[in-house]
Amino acid sequence: MADERPLIDEELQPEPVIAPGYTFGTVTDQIASVVLTRRTPVFWMACFSAGFALLLLLLWSVALLFAKGVGIWGIKIPVGWGFAITNFVWWIGIGHAGTLISAILLLLNQQWRNSINRFAEAMTLFAVACAGMFPLLHMGRPWLFYWMFPYPNTMGVQPQFRSPLVWDVFAVSTYATVSFLFWFVGLMPDLATLRDRATNRWARGVYGMLAMGWRNSVRHWHHYETASLLLAGLATPLVLSVHTVVSFDFTIAIVPGWHSTFFPPYFVAGAIYSGFAMVLVLAIPLRAVYGLEGLITEKHLDNSAKVMLATGLIVGYSYMLETFTAWYSGNVYESAALWNRMTGPYAGAYWFLITCNVVAPQFLWFKRVRGKPILLFLASLVVLVGMWLERFVIIVTSLAQDYLPSSWRIFTPTRWDWATYLGTIGLFLFLFFLFIRLLPMISIFEVRTLLPQAKIEEEGQA
Amino acid sequence: MSAPKKLDLPAVRALLEKAHGRDYWRSLEDLAETDAFQDLMHREFPRYASEWEDGEGRRNFIKLMGASLALAGLSACTRQPTEYINPYVRQPEELVPGRPLFFATAMPLGASSTGLLVESHEGRPTKIEGNPDHPSLGACDVYAQASVLGLYDPDRSQALAEEGEIRSWSAFLETIRQAVEAQKAKQGAGLRILTETVTSPTMADQIKGMLAAFPAARWHQWEPAMAHSAAAGARLALGQPVNTIYDLRGADVIVSLDADFLASGPGSLRYARQFASRRRVRDSQTGMNRLYVVEPMPTPTGTKADHRLPLRAADVEQFAWSLAAAVGADTGGRKGIPNAAFDKWIGAIARDLQRHRGASLVIAGEQQSPAVHALAHSMNALLGNVGKTVVYTESVEANPVDQVASIYDLVKDMDAGAVDLLLILGGNPVYDAPVELGFRDRLKKATLRVHLSLHEDETSELCHWHLPMTHYLETWSDCRAHDGTVTIMQPLIAPLYAGKSVHEVLTMLTEQPERPGYDIVKSYWSRQHTGADFEAWWRKVVHDGIMPDTALPAKTVALRQGWAASLPQPASRQGLEIIFRPDPAVFDGRFANNGWLQEFPRPITQITWDNAAFMSPATAHEKGVVTSDLVELEYRGYKMRAPVSIQPGHADGCVTVHLGYGRTRAGHVGTRIGFNAYGMRTSNALWQDFGLKATKVGSGYLLVSIQDYHALDTRRHIIEKAAIEEYRRNPNVIQESAEAPPRELTLYPGFPYDKYAWGMAIDLTACTGCGACVVACQAENNIAVVGKQEVHHGRHMHWLRVDSYYHGDIENPEIYNQPVPCMQCENAPCELVCPVQATNHSSEGLNDMIYNRCVGTRYCSNNCPYKVRRFNFFLYSDWNTPSLKLQRNPDVTVRSRGVMEKCTYCVQRINRAKIDAEKEDRKVRDGEIQTACQATCPAEAIIFGNINDPNSRVARMKAEKTNYGLLADLNTRPRTTYLAALRNPNPEIEA
Repeated sequence: MADERPLIDEELQPEPVIAPGYTFGTVTDQIASVVLTRRTPVFWMACFSAGFALLLLLLWSVALLFAKGVGIWGIKIPVGWGFAITNFVWWIGIGHAGTLISAILLLLNQQWRNSINRFAEAMTLFAVACAGMFPLLHMGRPWLFYWMFPYPNTMGVQPQFRSPLVWDVFAVSTYATVSFLFWFVGLMPDLATLRDRATNRWARGVYGMLAMGWRNSVRHWHHYETASLLLAGLATPLVLSVHTVVSFDFTIAIVPGWHSTFFPPYFVAGAIYSGFAMVLVLAIPLRAVYGLEGLITEKHLDNSAKVMLATGLIVGYSYMLETFTAWYSGNVYESAALWNRMTGPYAGAYWFLITCNVVAPQFLWFKRVRGKPILLFLASLVVLVGMWLERFVIIVTSLAQDYLPSSWRIFTPTRWDWATYLGTIGLFLFLFFLFIRLLPMISIFEVRTLLPQAKIEEEGQA
Repeated sequence: MSAPKKLDLPAVRALLEKAHGRDYWRSLEDLAETDAFQDLMHREFPRYASEWEDGEGRRNFIKLMGASLALAGLSACTRQPTEYINPYVRQPEELVPGRPLFFATAMPLGASSTGLLVESHEGRPTKIEGNPDHPSLGACDVYAQASVLGLYDPDRSQALAEEGEIRSWSAFLETIRQAVEAQKAKQGAGLRILTETVTSPTMADQIKGMLAAFPAARWHQWEPAMAHSAAAGARLALGQPVNTIYDLRGADVIVSLDADFLASGPGSLRYARQFASRRRVRDSQTGMNRLYVVEPMPTPTGTKADHRLPLRAADVEQFAWSLAAAVGADTGGRKGIPNAAFDKWIGAIARDLQRHRGASLVIAGEQQSPAVHALAHSMNALLGNVGKTVVYTESVEANPVDQVASIYDLVKDMDAGAVDLLLILGGNPVYDAPVELGFRDRLKKATLRVHLSLHEDETSELCHWHLPMTHYLETWSDCRAHDGTVTIMQPLIAPLYAGKSVHEVLTMLTEQPERPGYDIVKSYWSRQHTGADFEAWWRKVVHDGIMPDTALPAKTVALRQGWAASLPQPASRQGLEIIFRPDPAVFDGRFANNGWLQEFPRPITQITWDNAAFMSPATAHEKGVVTSDLVELEYRGYKMRAPVSIQPGHADGCVTVHLGYGRTRAGHVGTRIGFNAYGMRTSNALWQDFGLKATKVGSGYLLVSIQDYHALDTRRHIIEKAAIEEYRRNPNVIQESAEAPPRELTLYPGFPYDKYAWGMAIDLTACTGCGACVVACQAENNIAVVGKQEVHHGRHMHWLRVDSYYHGDIENPEIYNQPVPCMQCENAPCELVCPVQATNHSSEGLNDMIYNRCVGTRYCSNNCPYKVRRFNFFLYSDWNTPSLKLQRNPDVTVRSRGVMEKCTYCVQRINRAKIDAEKEDRKVRDGEIQTACQATCPAEAIIFGNINDPNSRVARMKAEKTNYGLLADLNTRPRTTYLAALRNPNPEIEA
């Protein structure tokens, strides 16, 4: 680590970043034992089965979708985008927290990130995988998806680069690639640890191949540090740019309720908001079941809650700004769109959204709420629901009632909309719990650097 | 392996098919050694013959050839199935494959017909256009436009059936000959013929001939939607039944007494054109006619009214009495019952009429009572309109009778067991005869029942013999227009199935049972023709689509003195009134199986796939029902159920239901759609009566409309409107209200459209909202029908829609119609957001849609503020039914699943005109390209053309001060613009 003081001075914090009493060995033991054990906890079985069942639902929904067409969903003219794009933006948004934790907090030298960044980054990867399915599924002719990529072709036609959907293609694929690289590079020392500790022949073999010959030499560490910083540098702007580009899907359009300039920061804040909510939703049960409270401490939960509160306030501010702009602009279509949102057929969704996203997080001001993991867990679920509703309200209400009243029509989701959505949750759980079982969910070597024995400051620049 | 002496490529492939991998190459090598193969190579590829001599070259050659031969032999690849192109062995004259021909014919409907030019591709009709030389002036209504689909209806009966068993014509002929022989002895006393309304001179001649041979036989006529009261009204006031024809070109003031003369009834196409010609505000001509409408249920004519008053049908009669008295007509001292709603109007309207003597017109609705008709005749006579705006002629019908009495007589005879042989030629009386006659049960008493019809319908079910009828597009016949002009109907295609026309069935009763229709029609006219050279005359008449000088001459009739005295005093009626009206989509039910018509959004209500019980908001509130509640309507013990639809502008105290639904045997499309109003329709109250009871019996019925929100928000620049006085005072009033950003606002230089620049202008003052353009577009562009559920999900595929907006108070709003095609925006929001360049802008200003590039992200539809883009959420086009493939326009792609589509300004027509013009080395002339919607519009409200030509009609329309763009403040720069809706209110009536 760089020879700098951490921004959050540890002497001032009552909660430690890591519980006292750990040694290098016990850290490794505790984390590796989750993977290298013969016994799988019931909790894991339950969650994995649920995920698998929903994954099967997803496969069935997608098969039906490809066989019959996108009409099995509730979309219509004028609401051409319904759940699919809502889910796309929701999942992508969730992924941003992982990258922020991995990359930005790395560059800012925040040591508390060390125990949560591995599974947060895994969460990002799986969220991007879920998100990336939707732009393909929602197409009328998904078998021609590759036309959105600029590849040399016999037709002599390239994608239309002024379209935000093409920007999405670049943004999401870059995001997926960089996240994967970052995650995988970060895994390598731990894969080596597992390789060395595994007793099962297959485990040794697979971990060995994946570890790519990591020998814990100084040179390897030197390369690792450089690569890590570089990747962090690449990933940092992505935290801001990817969701900005996703928000351009809406801002570039003329639809009232979409066409605005403040969506990029609004969406990025919202992304981090929902992302940290997901991190908490995953971290709190995991640490309880696997006894990782020493590694994922109250401090982590506290910090995550504070980030959530901060971004939640930004999101709340954005709602106010949206309403103010609609009124102040004097634009009849814009003000009507907001008015319809607040009082029209989707008013219920809108006010529920405000409750979830603006009212609920105010409880996080209170230490008593932040201190209780169960309350934090519930608050995070509420935020996740709220953020999903926010995307739904933005997309669907704006499309349902735009310029010509003769075209106004209400969107109602069908069972396949729900099935596909829940199915992607299943895919996420499936992948995530596979990850929990097969790979170290906490970065072993990075947590070891937190121990006082590691004498990081004394060693200076590596 | 051994190779045959002479090889060709397929043989080579066949030989190599069995070999794989290394064997393949070895076999190819072996084959190459053979003489036969070398011969083949020399024959097929002489240029490479030199290479063949040299061993090295040969090996290379084989390598290259081997690959393509192998690929050709791979059975895993899907091969293009072998399709045979059959050139004509004897090409029909003038037929160039790929270019359509147009043939003149006409579609008879009721007591009138519409003259048509039918577009025919390679011998099959694909599109209906109007015949400009015909009294209908080249326009078509929705029935005519949709009729081509009826020709190819897969549910049409394809064979004769006797009690459900398929039979041949000869079998039928035998049966009928026997029956006719039996009748000869009785002078035909047991023979009855039941037809619909007949205008065909040939058919009338045949039947008269038959009646001459069988003097005791009877000819009955029944058609449910005929103007049954008009003849009675004429007899009342004029002493004889006459045909009333209007000429709106000379009318400055028009009063419509429940007459939807702009969109329905005989002559409506012509009247719409004439009315629009006096309504348009163009150049500096700002004189507009004035229209007053009183009616129960809003109709397209009502939307054009300068003053519209919703009145119950019976109150329309009261209104007529009061107006006649105010105008000074002889009402026998009768006045209408005072009615606060209209008394203040009567004076003003009467004065307006009197100021325009000889240039005014009072039109009685077809479905109104005889008294109203008589009063209209009376007022027109008094105002001096006869001979100017209204003309009387002999009836257009070949045999005008009181059809109610006619069918009553038939039923009486059947009941008495007097009917041995009943021929029902067309029509569906079991379904639509007045309910109290009990036609269904009485029919069974006729000994031998024969039904000739297009479908095996409710009547065929109860008849012994069902005979398949030829569609009018397959038939030689003739018919008359509303003014009597005769058209010879020629077939566009040989009968698709085993059908015969009415003429061919009638002739079976005579000594020449197998005479073809062509001979029958031609011989009739050769007997009528005076003067030389019948052949030349015949060819010209068939070619032109009209027979000159056959319009019925004007007849002088005099008003009967004191006619009103014979009528009882008008009495006030209480209670709920039931009103039956023909349906704007399925007419009287005959078109129930036509998918285009079922999915056609009915004017103003925009409902599809259903009929409803329409009532005013106040009546609905009183009954405690809302839209989609099911009510049971009861009238004189007869019941029907219907879903409620609250209709702003509907009169209080009455319920309107449309005829033609609830059919039990209409085919796959039309069966069990809607609710049967015929079950409540009695012969003494065919159109309206009191005594209706309505009770709520359910709720949540799925009533599907394509437009859910009708209220006009005037802050949104959708409909620009003004009173003509306002416009005269300040011609800029429309431009001040409409906001279009100036072109100089942007830094970007505009694209120089210096060749053709296509544009369209739609005159909202002229548009009646009849919807013919919608069906025409569907026919021209192979637009799919999606069905009720999908329309409910907002997925109907109409490229052109007619929006209806209400402005004002809900009891009686102003109703505006706005046809919305693609705006072809110069700054198209859709083009910006397509990720794959599937929608681009052409150099002539069209927004092009490339179906095979579209991947279906639907961003373009989201970004279109006009929502004119339609998406194929499923595979809506029928890929499979063979007869429907025949109807498709070969110049337009049939779209598959997942592809966006929209109006293209009929680019196929544009391209054809450009190609023709280029071949003739000239520019496209103004008016040479008519989009489908433009061609069919009765009011000529839609004009398309080259806006770069300042003399073109469209450029002149766009130069009008009333021209504005829809939502132009979004800076989309639409090429489709509108002329504002102007009205001419009477300053005496506070509007």
